[in-house]
Amino acid sequence: MARIVMEALSKVYPGGVQAVSDVSLDIADGEMIVLVGPSGCGKSTLLRMVAGLERISSGTLSIGDRVVNDLEPAQRDIAMVFQNYALYPHMTVYNNLAYGLRNQGIARPEIDRRVQEAAGMLQIADYLDRKPRALSGGQRQRVAMGRALVREPAAFLFDEPLSNLDAKLRVQMRVEIRQLQKRLGTTSLYVTHDQLEALTMADRLVVLNGGRIEQVGTPMELYHRPETVFVAGFIGSPAMNMIDMAYLRDRGAAPGTLPTGTDLLGVRPDDLRLGDGDGLVLSGTVALLEPAGAESHVYVALDGSGQVVTVRVPGLPDVTEGGVLTLSAPLSALHPFNSASGRRVQ
Amino acid sequence: MQTKRMTFTSRWLPYVLLAPQVIITLIFFVWPASQALWQSMLRQDPFGLRTTFVWFRNFERLFADPNYLASMKTTAIFAVGTTLLSLSLSLLFAVMVNRMIRSRDLYTTFLVWPYAVAPAVAGVLWWFIFNPSVGILPYMLEMLGYDWNHRLHAGDAMALVILAAAWKQISYNFLFFLAGLQSIPQSLIEAAAIDGAGRTKRFWTIIFPLLSPTTFFLMVVNIVYAMFDTFGVIHATTAGGPAQATNILVYKVYRDGFIGNNLGSSAAQSVILMGIVIVLTVVQFRWIERRVNY
Repeated sequence: MARIVMEALSKVYPGGVQAVSDVSLDIADGEMIVLVGPSGCGKSTLLRMVAGLERISSGTLSIGDRVVNDLEPAQRDIAMVFQNYALYPHMTVYNNLAYGLRNQGIARPEIDRRVQEAAGMLQIADYLDRKPRALSGGQRQRVAMGRALVREPAAFLFDEPLSNLDAKLRVQMRVEIRQLQKRLGTTSLYVTHDQLEALTMADRLVVLNGGRIEQVGTPMELYHRPETVFVAGFIGSPAMNMIDMAYLRDRGAAPGTLPTGTDLLGVRPDDLRLGDGDGLVLSGTVALLEPAGAESHVYVALDGSGQVVTVRVPGLPDVTEGGVLTLSAPLSALHPFNSASGRRVQ
Repeated sequence: MQTKRMTFTSRWLPYVLLAPQVIITLIFFVWPASQALWQSMLRQDPFGLRTTFVWFRNFERLFADPNYLASMKTTAIFAVGTTLLSLSLSLLFAVMVNRMIRSRDLYTTFLVWPYAVAPAVAGVLWWFIFNPSVGILPYMLEMLGYDWNHRLHAGDAMALVILAAAWKQISYNFLFFLAGLQSIPQSLIEAAAIDGAGRTKRFWTIIFPLLSPTTFFLMVVNIVYAMFDTFGVIHATTAGGPAQATNILVYKVYRDGFIGNNLGSSAAQSVILMGIVIVLTVVQFRWIERRVNY
């Protein structure tokens, strides 16, 4: 059980590449923090810095009120689940789980108790005598979880642990990991590039871009009030529509009451309605209708610019491809941005 | 396993394509091997005028000959010594080179060079270094109070040939160990580090077990090398002496056959050696098949 505090953490590789810049974050005890961002944004590097696998170039990292900058991974009291699981192929599942405990010099009966307990929790008790190669992907994932669990560490670190699983298993494991983490109340840092995984699992979400924090907040905060254009585009699927104010002004369709400095208007596909209304009103032709079961995505090419905006509507709407359409969104659903700063206009 | 079947348009083309390999095997292996088999059952008089067929008498004599049994023991000591020394040194080098980043290729190149040196040349090299009269090492050892003379002391002679033979093989082993080390996923080492294993512990509990298929393969290759490929090294350094102390089986085949002119016994000895190679190869394949994927 521990609080993790990052103060102005940076990572510069020899050769000058700056992977992580000036990241400050205060993670409360028992919190599940998800680091999310596109590949190359520095999220894995940041996680590895916390684990002690990458040296910290500057800044201070403390786990449980102890500065750990110069401590070996083993001394940081953390456990990590790797993307490729990193199970020891020559050891049985039991020994994979027990390895870390033996290294700590824990007594044999205690090791056995913890391994059996973790195996029970993860439903791998039947496979304890097998080698990892005799397990399926999902089972290996559980063993990797188990190896972290038995250590009873101050914090769990997850490095895209579900990315090697098929879609169905991924959803199942996502739920299990979250339930387990809530039950154990262990502080966790979870890295993913999957924004859905991030939204569903996080207590708080950290969006990284180019080695910097774009925004920190609960999933709902980030979804409803993205502070930057990047976050607005990254969180939510289908992605938020960004409409140029110049286009709206040309067509005389600019909504009146927007903060000064707004030159980019974001509107979520969910907030757009088919038909006329107050606030933002757009018109265009239907480029594509994409039914997705409970909902449908309508891609509309706007008159004049040809820009395609996405509209999400429940069920199957009564539109035909090539048909002319009017869209509207209430003023409260609009996200005003300034394209030069890339930030939300207050 | 998926096998692809090729259909040849001409009936004799596959035989022609196979012919070079078959002919080479026939000329350089099957023919001499059968000659040796035949000769191992013959006995000639000292002048080569009369040859008698003696069945397995040559083999019976060999196994009753204390010299031959001593040579077997010498070979065993030599093979085990050479294998252990070259395997441990090359593993050490591979681990150290694997830790480097920028200078890795440079060291790899230098470490591979000795492999290009012909065994006899390597033998001469060691002969000079260890020469009791003019060599640099005996001179230095004398300053430390050790009287090195491999022409008189059996132990010194054995140490010399083991050193010379092992040195030749380090390059080969090094390359395999380095490749083996590089194929171990970095995340395994990192996982072990997080699991609280220090550098030494990580090596012995993770890296070394994962290298075991490589190690076993090299062990067999090195034993075979020490037993059969070291003729040049022995010939150039000690010539089997002193008092047969380094007279290993292959060298004895040459001495008894070409110097002692006892062709029947020499042939019988080479047949025994052939048997040993076959056994070693079978053992190797059986084991590797079982263990290659952990």
